[in-house]
Amino acid sequence: MLKDKDRIFKNLYNDLGSDLTSAQKRGDWVNTKEITEKGRDWIINEIKDSQLRGRGGAGFPTGLKWSFAPKEVGSRPHYLVINGDESEPGTCKDRDILRFEPHKLIEGCLIASYAIQAHVCYIYIRGEYFVDGQKLQAAIDEAYEKKLIGKNAAGTGWDLDIYIHYGAGAYICGEETALLESIEGNKGQPRLKPPFPALIGLYGCPTIINNVETIAVVPTILRRGGKWFASLGREKNTGTKIFCISGNVNNPCNVEEEMNIPLKELIEVHAGGVIGGWDNLQAVIPGGSSMPLIPKEKCETLTMDFDSLVAEKSGLGTAGVVVINKDQDIIKCMARIARFYKHESCGQCTPCREGSGWMWRMLERMAKGEASKDEIEMLGDVTKQIEGHTICAFGEGSSWPVQGLLRHFKDEIKKRNNFDPIVKETQNIPYLVDQHLLDKNA
Amino acid sequence: MSLKRPAKDQPENFEFNSSSLEAANKIISKYPKGKQQSAVMALLYIAQKQNNNWIPLVAMKYIAKLLDMPYIKVYEVATFYSMFNLAPVGKYFIQVCTTTPCMIRGAGKLVEACKEKISENESELLPGKNCSWMEVECLGACVTAPMMQINDNYYEDLDKEKTLEILDKILKDEKPKPGSYRGRINNEPENGRKTLMELKNA
Repeated sequence: MLKDKDRIFKNLYNDLGSDLTSAQKRGDWVNTKEITEKGRDWIINEIKDSQLRGRGGAGFPTGLKWSFAPKEVGSRPHYLVINGDESEPGTCKDRDILRFEPHKLIEGCLIASYAIQAHVCYIYIRGEYFVDGQKLQAAIDEAYEKKLIGKNAAGTGWDLDIYIHYGAGAYICGEETALLESIEGNKGQPRLKPPFPALIGLYGCPTIINNVETIAVVPTILRRGGKWFASLGREKNTGTKIFCISGNVNNPCNVEEEMNIPLKELIEVHAGGVIGGWDNLQAVIPGGSSMPLIPKEKCETLTMDFDSLVAEKSGLGTAGVVVINKDQDIIKCMARIARFYKHESCGQCTPCREGSGWMWRMLERMAKGEASKDEIEMLGDVTKQIEGHTICAFGEGSSWPVQGLLRHFKDEIKKRNNFDPIVKETQNIPYLVDQHLLDKNA
Repeated sequence: MSLKRPAKDQPENFEFNSSSLEAANKIISKYPKGKQQSAVMALLYIAQKQNNNWIPLVAMKYIAKLLDMPYIKVYEVATFYSMFNLAPVGKYFIQVCTTTPCMIRGAGKLVEACKEKISENESELLPGKNCSWMEVECLGACVTAPMMQINDNYYEDLDKEKTLEILDKILKDEKPKPGSYRGRINNEPENGRKTLMELKNA
């Protein structure tokens, strides 16, 4: 288990209070000026050395992302945008940072803004977190009052304004370019990349977008050194991470732990075990709903980091661990996730808009045992036609959980959906056959 | 995409009252000159709060004029985002999360409670009632599931009985206490946590 002295979010459970004085006692804002005096290159290199990867789901190296910002500010100002949209089912870590550790986030904003030369920072918070957003606003006001942000922020000579922008209930706005569209006052529909936001982002200006947790760990990394952060976890999967353990466990909780922690330890030690005992475990969704589930057999030895989960054909995502025990109907659980994606598709790309509805309807029928045998393959085919054929990663996010179900619980579906298709013989009608499947067999 | 239709009965006029206008101007000033369109979501939200939890079409026209943008763009935004109500929902708007993490902890029971107390169908405002309910997608409080949102506040760690109690209070126009209904003030594991022990009760 991670030692308490290595935990970054000491106030994760609000034992100490989230106001500025308490935050300063924990070490926030202590030597912000000295940190920035070491220079932009030093900050970015230190973050690179720490091997910090983005905590929002994709796991992109943060130092590398910052280095994409233009070195000189041209005619267009730079922007820093913090992604606090947090809508992935199973994830509720950013909320705790917003309400209990707001000053870590604000200080991180200042340092990151300095590193990428931004004078304005927008924090995008999902609209439902209105009350938590108010707490962050109170912290921002407090920081303005104490001159920690604003003109000559914290004595660093850098001017920074931080504004909160509330979303209004759209999962897709967690996608970085959709988030920018949303801030610009449009529908949240993702943009094509390239151009990447680092060059053409908010209002057409260079913009760096980071998750709340990513930015909130930055000040501590710079204080304790990139080497310290890199010493936790394992190579390329370093540091600590807030895990959210929900679902059928005895004590659902948020906990900050080292990367590469065994999944079993997370569930048994921190979350009080699976309801009905470990043997009652059916499957685990390791990283928020868009990551494929992992069956019980593999949960025994699984470790939680980006690369080891990719090796299991899943992903760490946002580290929202959803535990599903044997009392639940796994097909129904996945059908509900498919409904979520059907509801949240922005409607821009046809494969996703239509396909997410198809997947949902097929899974609903499969849960009731009303699907025919051949539909199982058909469902797999639908997921393959969505994946990779959309502007943003929502296509993957919606089809991966279904693929995970098909990969690990095909027998269950087959057992329940046992009747023959209405059109029995697969007749060879060339124009009705999916061309891409023919090519593959050729 | 959520399917929403504007209400049939629309008011004829809408204008921000002075406090709304002040809040709106403050929000517009957050964005660079000429980019006032960015404030559209926040302004729609203010309009919704002022107008008893829903946005009439005249309010969209009013906001379009205020922000100097085409009405259709405001309409686009209002219909795209699920938090904007285009028809009356009552003084209290109850949203029950039923996405998988809540579902497997018994969100179905919360829906049952809503059906018993409020109305058989979701998004239905019965005459004489001050609230309506709706099933929504993940509200981001999965660790304290099952949960629901009433206006701005979260009600977490619920079960059917507690939901019925809350709904009774709402129907009597009382304000039930928001937060966890198992007494949690944070997302720490109940029955003994294993981390940050020194800080506990510090």
